[in-house]
Amino acid sequence: MMASSYNAKEEDGHHSGAPGHGVAGTVKSKKPDNTAFKQQRLPAWQPILTAGTVLPAFFVIGLIFIPIGIGLFVTSNNIKEFEIDYTGLDMSSPCYNCSQSFSWNNTKPCTCSVHFNLDQPFESNVFMYYGLSNFYQNHRRYVKSRDDSQLNGNKKSLQDPSKECEPYRTSDSKPIAPCGAIANSLFNDTLDLFYIDPNGTKTPIPLVKKGIAWWTDKHVKFRNPGVNDNLTAVFQGTNKPVNWRKPVYELDPEDHENNGFINEDFIVWMRTAALPTFRKLYRIIQKKNNMTPTLPRGEYIMEVTYNYPVRSFEGRKRMILSTISWMGGKNPFLGIAYITVGSVCFFLGVVLLIIHHKYGNRNNSPDIPN
Amino acid sequence: MEQIHWVRHRWQQLVSADSGRGWYSSPEAVRTKSSPEAHMLTHDRFTGKRRVVVARHGPLQSEYKIISKGCKGNGIRTTKYNLLSFIPMNLFQQFHRAANLYFLFLVMLNWIPVVEAFQKEITMIPLVVVLLVIAFKDALEDYRRYRFDKMVNNNIVSVYSGRKQAYVDQRWRDVRVGDFVHLSCNEIIPADMLLLYSSDPHGVCYIETANLDGETNLKQRQVVRELLQQGSELAPESFNSRIECEIPNNNLGRFRGYMELPNKARVGLHNSNLLLRSCTIRNTETVVGIVVYAGHETKAMMNNSGPRYKRSKLERRLNVDVMWCVLLLIVMCVTGAVGHGLWLQNLKDSPYLIPDHTSPALAGFYLFWTLIIVLQVLIPISLYVSIEIVKLGQVFFIQNDMDFYNDHLDSRIQCRALNITEDLGQVQYVFSDKTGTLTENKMVFRRCTIFGVEYPHEENAKRLELYEPEEDEVGHLLTLKSCSSAKSLSRRSLSCKVTGHAEEDGTDQPPSPTIPCHSAFSSRMAKDVIPDPLLVQKLNCLSVSPLRESSSPSQELTYIVDFFLALAICNTVVVSSPTQPRHIGFYSQVRVPEISPLTSLEDIKLMFQRFGRSRFSTASSPQASGSPRGLASRLFARGKAGSTPREDSNPDQEPDLLGHKPGVDRASGEEVEEEGDGNTENKEGEQELSMVYNNLLVNRGEGRDSVEGSTGGHNQPKEHGVEDNTVVYEAESPDEAALVHAARAYRCTLQGRSLERLLVELPGVGSLDVHLLHILPFDSTRKRMSVVVQHPLTGQVVVYTKGADSVIMDLAELTTDAEQADSRQGHIRDQTQKHLDSYAREGLRTLCIAKRVLEEEEYDNWLKLQRFAETSIENREELLLESAQRLECKLTLLGATGIVDRLQEEVPETIEALQKAGVRIWVLTGDKQETAINIACACKLLRPSDQLLIANCGSKEACEALFQELLAEVEHNQLTSEATGLTLVINGYTLDLVLQGKLKEEFLELSRHCKAVICCRSTPLQKSQVVQLVRDQLGVMTLAIGDGANDVSMIQVADVGVGISGQEGMQAVMSSDFAISRFKHLRKLMLVHGHWCYTRLANMVLYFFYKNVMYVNLLFYYQFFCGFSGSVMTNSWVLIFFNLLFTSAPPLLYGILDRDVTASTLIKLPQLYKLGNNSMAYQSSTFWLTILDAFYQSLVCFFVPYFAYAGSDVDILSFGSPINASALLIILLHQVLESHTLTWLHGLVLLGSGLFYFGFTLVFSCLCVTCSPPTNPLGVETLQMSQPLFYAVCTLTTVLALLPRMLFHALHNTISPPTALAAAQMDKLNPEEYWKRMQRWNHTQAEARSLHVDDLVLQNPDAELITQDLQECNTNTGPVVS
Repeated sequence: MMASSYNAKEEDGHHSGAPGHGVAGTVKSKKPDNTAFKQQRLPAWQPILTAGTVLPAFFVIGLIFIPIGIGLFVTSNNIKEFEIDYTGLDMSSPCYNCSQSFSWNNTKPCTCSVHFNLDQPFESNVFMYYGLSNFYQNHRRYVKSRDDSQLNGNKKSLQDPSKECEPYRTSDSKPIAPCGAIANSLFNDTLDLFYIDPNGTKTPIPLVKKGIAWWTDKHVKFRNPGVNDNLTAVFQGTNKPVNWRKPVYELDPEDHENNGFINEDFIVWMRTAALPTFRKLYRIIQKKNNMTPTLPRGEYIMEVTYNYPVRSFEGRKRMILSTISWMGGKNPFLGIAYITVGSVCFFLGVVLLIIHHKYGNRNNSPDIPN
Repeated sequence: MEQIHWVRHRWQQLVSADSGRGWYSSPEAVRTKSSPEAHMLTHDRFTGKRRVVVARHGPLQSEYKIISKGCKGNGIRTTKYNLLSFIPMNLFQQFHRAANLYFLFLVMLNWIPVVEAFQKEITMIPLVVVLLVIAFKDALEDYRRYRFDKMVNNNIVSVYSGRKQAYVDQRWRDVRVGDFVHLSCNEIIPADMLLLYSSDPHGVCYIETANLDGETNLKQRQVVRELLQQGSELAPESFNSRIECEIPNNNLGRFRGYMELPNKARVGLHNSNLLLRSCTIRNTETVVGIVVYAGHETKAMMNNSGPRYKRSKLERRLNVDVMWCVLLLIVMCVTGAVGHGLWLQNLKDSPYLIPDHTSPALAGFYLFWTLIIVLQVLIPISLYVSIEIVKLGQVFFIQNDMDFYNDHLDSRIQCRALNITEDLGQVQYVFSDKTGTLTENKMVFRRCTIFGVEYPHEENAKRLELYEPEEDEVGHLLTLKSCSSAKSLSRRSLSCKVTGHAEEDGTDQPPSPTIPCHSAFSSRMAKDVIPDPLLVQKLNCLSVSPLRESSSPSQELTYIVDFFLALAICNTVVVSSPTQPRHIGFYSQVRVPEISPLTSLEDIKLMFQRFGRSRFSTASSPQASGSPRGLASRLFARGKAGSTPREDSNPDQEPDLLGHKPGVDRASGEEVEEEGDGNTENKEGEQELSMVYNNLLVNRGEGRDSVEGSTGGHNQPKEHGVEDNTVVYEAESPDEAALVHAARAYRCTLQGRSLERLLVELPGVGSLDVHLLHILPFDSTRKRMSVVVQHPLTGQVVVYTKGADSVIMDLAELTTDAEQADSRQGHIRDQTQKHLDSYAREGLRTLCIAKRVLEEEEYDNWLKLQRFAETSIENREELLLESAQRLECKLTLLGATGIVDRLQEEVPETIEALQKAGVRIWVLTGDKQETAINIACACKLLRPSDQLLIANCGSKEACEALFQELLAEVEHNQLTSEATGLTLVINGYTLDLVLQGKLKEEFLELSRHCKAVICCRSTPLQKSQVVQLVRDQLGVMTLAIGDGANDVSMIQVADVGVGISGQEGMQAVMSSDFAISRFKHLRKLMLVHGHWCYTRLANMVLYFFYKNVMYVNLLFYYQFFCGFSGSVMTNSWVLIFFNLLFTSAPPLLYGILDRDVTASTLIKLPQLYKLGNNSMAYQSSTFWLTILDAFYQSLVCFFVPYFAYAGSDVDILSFGSPINASALLIILLHQVLESHTLTWLHGLVLLGSGLFYFGFTLVFSCLCVTCSPPTNPLGVETLQMSQPLFYAVCTLTTVLALLPRMLFHALHNTISPPTALAAAQMDKLNPEEYWKRMQRWNHTQAEARSLHVDDLVLQNPDAELITQDLQECNTNTGPVVS
């Protein structure tokens, strides 16, 4: 008995080299298995969308969305937000002079003071943002122009930054630290806030610069090369970015821990914004106690060290003060959207109900038309 | 195993754009490589296209060494790669695919720095994944092939060894050209060999070619003629002949060459000398052959072809839409490029611009390419891969459908073309063969007419009617018995010795009524012909006393005997028996003599001679009287020697019994049978067998095969009874088998056959040795076959011709001299014609039998011509035809037979269902018009109320007029709107005119009004031309179904070719896309699987477009907010994986498993098929609607997060996170909305996809510190997902995005529910209600049909009607709530 029959013609014109199915002894039947899967009889749920079946869903959506929307809307409305543009494009603007004369390498800082009034007191912690308009931090090539491994404290990358940083990779044949266009265009205005008492005294408002960056960024992503003790030595042999006035290890003269790549202003800047009009967290004004509001209503002065040029790209600079809620900053859109969608769903539910009655009745009636 | 098998083929198609480079062509490739050197080395021997073979161990060893270098060994290697070449070759193969090239192009593009969009490695991921998957599959398949090759190569065969001077066992792979191979019965032939010796004394050997072409009938091969005469066992070491033959080719049916004997004489070799590799030796004890082609050069290996590759209609449609996507992509990229240029122009020096001194225009140009990379997903390249995978899944389910399983053949459906599954759901025209497709192609002798007298065979008719129910009851054992013939053994390749196999066979398989033994054409039904009593009575006269009768009946008797003799011998039937080894019963001939006919043979001969001479003397030339006598006397002597001794056997028994009245005989026969048999299951069978002679059979255990048993057993008692009690006929065509069995029923039994002799048993005469002079085989131009024999009784040379009635009637002597015999002949002709007409009306297949007596001189003349024709090489075919025509003239019409070919089961139902489904059915048949119409009526293609339009015309002008007339009639018909369907009947000649001339339009116009068209008398070429005409001119989807070689061209031309693996070999199956075993399977194949595959694939394709457009739009919109700089708000890994991993599995499952309506409903409501038929699921409108929805959803998905985050301190990835998450949710939930069914598998995959995405992004954002350099994913997702805003945004986006589609579905389904949905709702009902509704539905359908004349206008589907019915159905229980 042959071990196998030699089969030249298999089902799909297979070559003759393959022995067929007729293996000796066991003549295997080709009968397909009678399983639910193979016979396509798996128990199945058939969702059939008709007015009748969809109708409850619409009502449910409506009923859920409207309260959520109201909640969101109220929350958003409770958030206090103040925004002031200090670009200084207007002749009347206090920063007009500073905005006119500009060069990245200006050694003499230009300062200007902007007065503003808060109509309402800010009760809880106040977040102070700077905002830029028409600034395309999301430009593809801009986004790429950084060296993450350098920022992560890799010494090799410190000395030999990634090609992606070109043309901000080296200056004077020394590697730039931090390299790349993002770092190079670091926002370098300094904003200070003063409260002007009704009696006229000007009290500075304490601005906390710690905790503005993401925890992961501050502690994982951004690392200084070597030991933090002697940053000057660590960054020896590197150059500062061309637009910078100070090297990276002198960014914060006040706080030693806030220098180098782990400077929080720097970290915040390095997280590129998604849209051309954006704000970035600048400082936090901590609530002092429950009795007094963080920022009482009244008159304020913002003193600006005007360094950052925006005229070349028709940008605007703003300072924003905002409280924050569980759903972030002020944004009425979501609440309104929820309410709208919820209402529409509810309305559609009613329409469907009518349709269902009309057509469903037709279906249900014992007398068939036609 | 099988699954892997077709998977491999599928992937092969995927990989290699040109299928010719597949592995199966490798032998050729290798050969061409090696042939130049072969030519150089053996240049002198390879004259032109020849191959020379000498014995390896023979005297010509030196020559052998030179020759053998040009030939390949017998080892085969079907693997494509080896370990080293795998990677480069596989890559090379894979890059033949357009899709891979597109990926490669993108990768390359990404390497250009100014264009670079992502990191280099990321763009490579899709490519690498695809390449890896395919390479893995390839490697697996190749390994499998390797293992098979190894197994085959290591088979053992007995080969002559020069060293040991004996046959020793060797592995197949060691067999070389020139080796002598010794094979025993049932061994498989290892290489193409020339048959040099057979243990059969006549030098024949039988092979079964089932492995090669699926035909299980035995084929006869013969030893090279000259060697046979040398006799004695072959001595390999002294074999010094030279064989010269063709170089290896793939033509299975041709082998040419000659053998040069040592004495320089040349012996011609042809196909009948060649044993083909992978065939099996049957019925022959031992054979020896010399290998001429080995390994890859064997015909079997060169004949392998891969699966077919067709583009489906949907795929063609899809390509158009892919082009739209390309256009969309280009528009997007151009928009981006222009936007970027303009944006740059307005900027001078800004800190976020990297100064690189490129002009805005150039930057725009670069950006164009960048965007091509970024938006690459829009071109759904993955769609192609997905479609392939989905089709694999669909094919898997089709192949696993139990309903397509045929118990008997143990075969399921074969999907040979794996990529046109959905075409099954769009068929508009079905072109069907008749014989073997609609009918069983199991020819059963029904009635006959001889000498102008009709024998109605009433009992036989009753038997046929009874047949079906009876079979169901007793089929089991009967099946066993009939299958315990050689067939079951041979089919399973079991050893000769296994005789108990039948039982095993039976227990394994449930009884199946219809095809007990499919290959041998010897079903029980065909075998057990009940003879007509009158005819039996007449035939018995032969045994009683022919001379006592008056001359006229005696002449009739000669006609009858001649008629049955012709039935028995005018064929190419091979006789074999299940007990093995068995050669033709010529041994037994010697032992026959004891048996005695009643009357002396001389008397009969005298009778024959008397009538013969008298007839011939009047009809033919005077010199005839002398010469036949010479022949006759010679034969006489031999016949006498053979048969005279029979007289001493029981002389009284037979006439007595046979003299009884048939009815009485029948009853007694039954009784005896039952006693003797004791097999009660067999009762039914026995009843049928109640033949007049059955009472002779006393102690035979065989109820079934007793026809020959009764005669053979009677004549050749116990000694060799074992051998002879079952004779199995293996015929090439079922007609032949039917006729031989019919003859056997009248005890004219063909008992054996060799090349030159036939052993025939005649009633009352006993076994006769008939000298076979020539066989002129059947061909379709002559439509007849003939045998030239020396008449065993008269000794004359007689030509028996059997053929189509039209041909034979023309050839039958038209006599002008009005003598008595001639007038009788004329009378016979008229009568026969009358009977033939009535047969045709009954739907019987008719064959005419005629004979011609040749004068010796005439024969000698003809013989010369024939020899010349046979030996000539040029225009041999023409000469042979001419020679045959010379012989087949002046025929004397003996009679005609009517063979019934029963309809297959459920054919009318299937046809009815298909017609209801809006499919038009054309029957293309070679049969005559009446038969075709009759069959059409029987299978309900034609209804009594239908109007027939018959288009038969003789000339072109007449045709034009006729068509005009018919068209006018049709229009009139439409105007009056009678409730009739029109059916066009057209014959072959008219069809020819149509196809040639300018009548095509008229014909098509006419056929468009007809619900069915019957083309009769059509040739294979016409069949394919008709299919082509309809397919191209009407632009419709066509399906051709057929079973025989004559349907092959039609099957190939049609969009979908379906082969029926039936009685006529495998040609049709081999060229088909789907191979089924019964016509009824077509119903489920089309209505259920076709519908499913179509809707599934259409929906999946639409979903794919939707998915890609939707996702890509998100990226595109972002360009407006990033200065068209090509930024993306997603991490590039996530971006690439989004399409590749996160959202790839659900659509696949959707495409494989979705089920809009259950199978049972689809079967019961064929109207639902019109959905696919009209391409409803996937049209331009649905495509654009889908795209529109995708645009809407992407707008929502982008701008809700945009407004939610606008102006805030959100960074790029944090902005992308909710967009991505909601896009994923929308895409997945969209599928849930679109799915018709959801099983736990869907749930698993959907949930898995979602979890995979969130899991991946979370892990990625936790662990990726610097891994993905330009972007900064660290902490993004963890932070985002910890914020309620994220969820608020995602919820709103998802709900808002899906709202319109949900609403649309709800409104659409409520206000105007589509048919399929209504049907789907019915599925949900419980069974009783379901039935109730189904009945009501069908009822109203029927009413509707009678009211509307919708049948005429099929383009207008009565979908509304159905809808209404369904709504009515719904009234009982109200709306179905899911």
